Amino acid sequence: MFLGMLLLVFILINLSLGSVDIPFKSVIQTLTGSNPSKESWQYIILDYRLPKAVTAILVGSGLSISGLLMQTLFRNPLAGPFVLGISSGASLGVALLVLGVSLFSGSLTGLAFSNIGIAIAASIGSLLVLSAVMLVARRVKNTMSILIIGLMFGSFTAAIISVLAYFSPAEKLQQYVFWTFGSLGNLGWNEISILGILFLLCVGLLITIIKPLNSLLLGENYAISLGVNLKRTRNLTLIITGILTGVITAFSGPIAFIGLAVPHLTKLIIKTSNHRILLPAVAITGAILMLISDTIAQLPTSEYTLPINAVTSLFGAPIVIWLLIKKRALN
Amino acid sequence: MKNKDSHIIKTTNLSIGYFNRKGNSCVVDNINLSLNKGNFVCILGKNGIGKSTLIRTLTKVQPKLSGEIILNGEPLEAISNPELAKKMSLVLTERIPESNLTVYELIALGRQPYTNWIGTLSDNDQQQIKQAIKQVHIEGIIDKRHDELSDGQLQKVMIARAIAQDTNLIVLDEPTAHLDIHNKIEIFTLLKKLSKKLHKTILISTHEINLALQLADELWLMNDEGIISGQTEGLITNGSVSKLFSSDLITFDVKLKQFFCISVISHNW
Repeated sequence: MFLGMLLLVFILINLSLGSVDIPFKSVIQTLTGSNPSKESWQYIILDYRLPKAVTAILVGSGLSISGLLMQTLFRNPLAGPFVLGISSGASLGVALLVLGVSLFSGSLTGLAFSNIGIAIAASIGSLLVLSAVMLVARRVKNTMSILIIGLMFGSFTAAIISVLAYFSPAEKLQQYVFWTFGSLGNLGWNEISILGILFLLCVGLLITIIKPLNSLLLGENYAISLGVNLKRTRNLTLIITGILTGVITAFSGPIAFIGLAVPHLTKLIIKTSNHRILLPAVAITGAILMLISDTIAQLPTSEYTLPINAVTSLFGAPIVIWLLIKKRALN
Repeated sequence: MKNKDSHIIKTTNLSIGYFNRKGNSCVVDNINLSLNKGNFVCILGKNGIGKSTLIRTLTKVQPKLSGEIILNGEPLEAISNPELAKKMSLVLTERIPESNLTVYELIALGRQPYTNWIGTLSDNDQQQIKQAIKQVHIEGIIDKRHDELSDGQLQKVMIARAIAQDTNLIVLDEPTAHLDIHNKIEIFTLLKKLSKKLHKTILISTHEINLALQLADELWLMNDEGIISGQTEGLITNGSVSKLFSSDLITFDVKLKQFFCISVISHNW
C-alpha cells in the first residue's frame, strides 16, 4: 500500500521534471484531461514523458521480477536476470545486426537503423540463447549447473561480439555502444503496448508459480517432497525470465544492476521471503528505482541526458553497498 | 489381510543404487523389508553402507534399480508427487538456503499439499501449524528467522514442519548429526513421543546406536551381508547387533546395550 503511494509520487515527479520546465499544476491538468496553458506542454507530457514513465515502470518492475525469480530458483543471491545469458543473447542479436550487416552485406543496412529492427534482433538473440540454455537444462538435473552454463553462454556471446566489434567501422561500433547505454525514451505507444501485453502475460504465468516458488525456499528436495512439480516450475520460471528480460533488453538496451539489486533492497525493507508479498513489492520497488534513475538521467532543466545504464549503477551500487553494511552493523 | 494393513511400507526384492552409463552400480540388493504402522524405526549401519541411499529410494528422491516398493498398498512410482506429499514427510540433512523465512512461515510451508493454488492458509491449516509448534515445544521462537536458530532448534523446527504436513509417515535422514548429546536425546525422545502419542510411523537413519537401542521399536541393521530387521530386543539378544561392525576394534556388551573399544575393556580387566 505504502509502496503504491510512493510509486504514484515518483511518477508525478518524473513527469514534471525534464529539460523543459513544466509547472506541476499543468502536469496534473494534462493527466486529468483538461487543457493546460500551453499546447506544447501537453505534447511533451503525453507523447514524450508519459511513454517514458510507463516504459520505466515496465522495465524496472520486469527486470526486478526476473532478478527475484533467478535468485529464488538458483538459491543464489548473485543471480540476476542476465545470468542465463539472456542479455548477452540480446546483445549478440543487436551486434550481429548493427556490426555484422555492415561486414557481410550492404542490402540490409536500412533495417539496422530502425528501432524495430534492433528490437527484433535483440528478441531473437535472447530467445535463441534462452532456448539453448533450456535445451541443455533438460539434460542437466542440477540447477547450479544451469547457472554456470548460462554464464558460459554469456562469455561465449561476449567473445563473438568482441570479434565483430574488432572488425567493424567506428560509426557502426558507436551505434552499437549507444544501444548498450540503454534508453527508455525511444518507445512509442505501439512498442509500449507490445511490451505491456507481454508483461501482463508474464505476470499471469507468474501468479501460478507463487506457491512452488515459496516451497523452493526450502531447497529442491524439500519442494519435491511437498508435491511440487520441479520441472514445470523451473521451466516456467526460465520462460518468464526469458520473455521479460529479452523483450525489455530488446526495447531499452541491456540495463544492468536493477535486476540484481532490487530484490536485495526490497528484502531489506520488507523482511519477508513470501513471494505473494515479495513479488508485488519487488515490482513496485523496481519501478520506483527506475523512475528515480530516469529522473536523474534527465538532469532536470538541462539539455543533456545521461545514459540510463550508467545512472542505475552509478547511484544504485553505493546505496546497496551502504544498506548491506548497515544491515550487518545492526546484526 | 490383517498383516497387509499394518504395513505402511513393504519392499520386495528391492535393489538400490545408482544408474551409470556403464551399467548400474548396486549398493544393496534383495531388500525385503516392511515398516509397521506406528513404530519408531532406526536404520543403523556404518558410513557408506547405503543408509542414505535406502532412505532416498524409499522416499522417491532417487529411483530404485529394481524390485518393488509398496506404500499404503500402492506401488511407490504410481503415486504422484502431490499425493505422496500427503502420505510422507521428510527431514533431510541438506541445509536450507538463505532467506527471510521465519520459523512460523517455514512450518506453514508444510501445509502446502493442502492449501489452494496460491497457498492461502485456512483456519484448519493455522490450527495444524499451532499443534505442530506445540508438539515440539518451540512456541518461544516462532517469530525468529530460520538462520538465527541453533542447530538443535532448527532440527526441531524441521520436525514441526513435517508434523504440520500431517502425514502418517515421517522419514528423517540423520536427524541428530551435528547436535550435542542433550539435543540428541531431546530429538530422540521427541520422535519416540510422536510415534506413540500421534501414532506416526517414524523411520530414521542414525549413528546414535545407544539411543536407538534404548528407544527404537524396531531396527534395520545394515551390514555388508545385507539388511536384518526386527524388534530391538530380539536383535540384541540374538547377536545381530553385535555383528553390525565386523571389526576387531569394537565389541558389543549385550547387558549394557553399548559398543566399546576393545582396548578400554582390556584396561578394565
